[in-house]
Amino acid sequence: MNLMKMKAKFRLGKSAVISIPYVWMLLFFLVPFFIVLKISFAEQALAIPPFTSLLQEEDGVIRGLSLYFGNFSFIFSDELYAATYLSSLKVALVTTLMCLLLGYPIAYAIARTDPARRNILLMLVMLPFWTSFLLRVYAWMGLLNENGLINNLLLSLGVISEPLHMFHTDFSLYLVMLYAYLPFMILPLYSHLVKMDVRLLEAAADLGAGPIKAFFAITLPLSKNGIIAGSMMVFIPAVGEFVIPELVGGTDTLMIGKVLWNEFFDNNNWPMAASVAIIMVLMLIVPIALLHRYETRELEGKGNV
Amino acid sequence: MVETVKQSAVSQSETPYLRISNVVKKFGDTAAVDGVDLEIRKNEIFALLGSSGCGKSTLLRMLAGMERPTSGKIILDGEDITGLAPYERPINMMFQSYALFPHMSVADNIAFGLKQDKLGKGEIDARVAEMLDLVQLRKYASRKPYQLSGGQQQRVALARSLAKRPKLLLLDEPLGALDKKLRQQTQLELVGTLEKVGVTCIMVTHDQEEAMTMATRIGIMSEGQLLQIGTPAEIYDYPNCRFTAEFIGETNVFSGPVVVDEPDRVEIESSDLGGRVWVDHGITGPKGMQVWASVRPEDVHVHVVPPAAGANTAKGVVHDIAYLGSFSIYHVKLGSGKVVKSMISANHWHENNVKAPTWGDPVYISWRPDMPVVLTR
Repeated sequence: MNLMKMKAKFRLGKSAVISIPYVWMLLFFLVPFFIVLKISFAEQALAIPPFTSLLQEEDGVIRGLSLYFGNFSFIFSDELYAATYLSSLKVALVTTLMCLLLGYPIAYAIARTDPARRNILLMLVMLPFWTSFLLRVYAWMGLLNENGLINNLLLSLGVISEPLHMFHTDFSLYLVMLYAYLPFMILPLYSHLVKMDVRLLEAAADLGAGPIKAFFAITLPLSKNGIIAGSMMVFIPAVGEFVIPELVGGTDTLMIGKVLWNEFFDNNNWPMAASVAIIMVLMLIVPIALLHRYETRELEGKGNV
Repeated sequence: MVETVKQSAVSQSETPYLRISNVVKKFGDTAAVDGVDLEIRKNEIFALLGSSGCGKSTLLRMLAGMERPTSGKIILDGEDITGLAPYERPINMMFQSYALFPHMSVADNIAFGLKQDKLGKGEIDARVAEMLDLVQLRKYASRKPYQLSGGQQQRVALARSLAKRPKLLLLDEPLGALDKKLRQQTQLELVGTLEKVGVTCIMVTHDQEEAMTMATRIGIMSEGQLLQIGTPAEIYDYPNCRFTAEFIGETNVFSGPVVVDEPDRVEIESSDLGGRVWVDHGITGPKGMQVWASVRPEDVHVHVVPPAAGANTAKGVVHDIAYLGSFSIYHVKLGSGKVVKSMISANHWHENNVKAPTWGDPVYISWRPDMPVVLTR
């Protein structure tokens, strides 16, 4: 009897612990998502809140449901939206590739240094997080400006005679995107690379593979999950990025985050903004599902070892 | 024609297949390997035996090319390989942890080295199939390493290291990751496989039983130096120093100065024994020199009545008896406090019509004068 009581208690405790993240997700992800979804099927209205209700009421009795698809049909009919989504995906993809190309060697180098120096290097990767993200982007504005630090330095050194036009260009956009997202690529890559058994590389060398061959045959395939995790960590938030394209990107840079902002704050069109957001979420669900699949597969693989 | 064949056979037996000359490896100020000379014959299975930290693994890694010797030369089949990178050497190694590639199937693991040699696909497939048959894992060709048992993983590692037909095979604690029962069974199986393919092999182990079962010759290493090289029987019967005598098998060591030194006998005054150790051969050394006499437990007899008085005997009490089935180890405590071990076969007392002595009984030990080995270091 006592044992059963304890077991029941234990089970209750276990489910309580497990339920915390579920409750969190429910409250702060699923509920807001459905609110946004609801708004996306409403019409803009001069009211507070500025959209129509989905429920048709008469004298406190619900008469029916009115769903408005105009926002979605407008998004699909206006080519500018399609171009914006594609442009966002392109910016996110290029950012991800740049982060991977630069982040992989950095993560590899950190994983292969001796453990004492490893922690210092990891600290340096994470150090920028101690400063506000906005401040760091503003700092780049000060650097890249026509009369910013870099231009002034190059002018005074006589390297250039006219200030370089770096600010508000694709160059500045990608540079700051790379800067901001690089740590999100390095950290998951590092955590995979550091776990790798270096004796596998010795075995590869022993069997006749030179360092470059061994890298492509052993290290790269074994860090595949790290590459996927890092790419998702960069790609998903980069698609919806608003601050960087707004502050340092070119005026003609089409980003879905900017469109959201415009619809919401400038046009006060909540239902339109909600529709734009819903389509973006649906677009991102595919890579998120991929990430989830790889993570579970990796966990299962470890369980077998 | 016949003559040339004979000549080459002779020259092969005269020049060693692998020659390690005066190899030193220093890490900082400490020498992990301190001037090792070693010659290995073709198709020999040689075991480097020593406790952990004795330098045997460092020596093996230098042969594999993963460490560069501080000084010295390594010559394999007439070629100086001292400075070659691991991937340039005709040497393959089976790692203690096996180091199987986790993302590749068994067949791909075995094929890895062959692919580096850019062999044709047909040849690679044939060689992989041959190796899978050799280690009896054909059915498991498409499995991943984590889906195999420890013993199967060991066989994959062996097949992978043999696939390239290396001139020299290195085994790093080949059976160290297996449990004891599986290890004993695998020892002979491994030797059988190695003899079947006919490969020159150097193995590193801390397990003397493993070394004695598998190797044709053994090198005892301690503190970076090779103390003794010989067949298992030579090393057991004629150890050349106390370390070897005590490291290989069990032994009783009595120390003391030489008091009688004749061409046909030596007597050692041992306070441990409380008497003299008498050996029936002479030694080279001055009278009064400190020496050690090693007597194996199987050569020590236990008596309940005093044997003929003289050397090589002492009185004691039974301190402990370890019953091991077909034999027992008697621990006899002498007057000096020294405990001498004696191996007595199970039917010894019965055959001699004597009641077996038990704990606390007074007994006498003795051994024949041809049994002790006199050690000078």
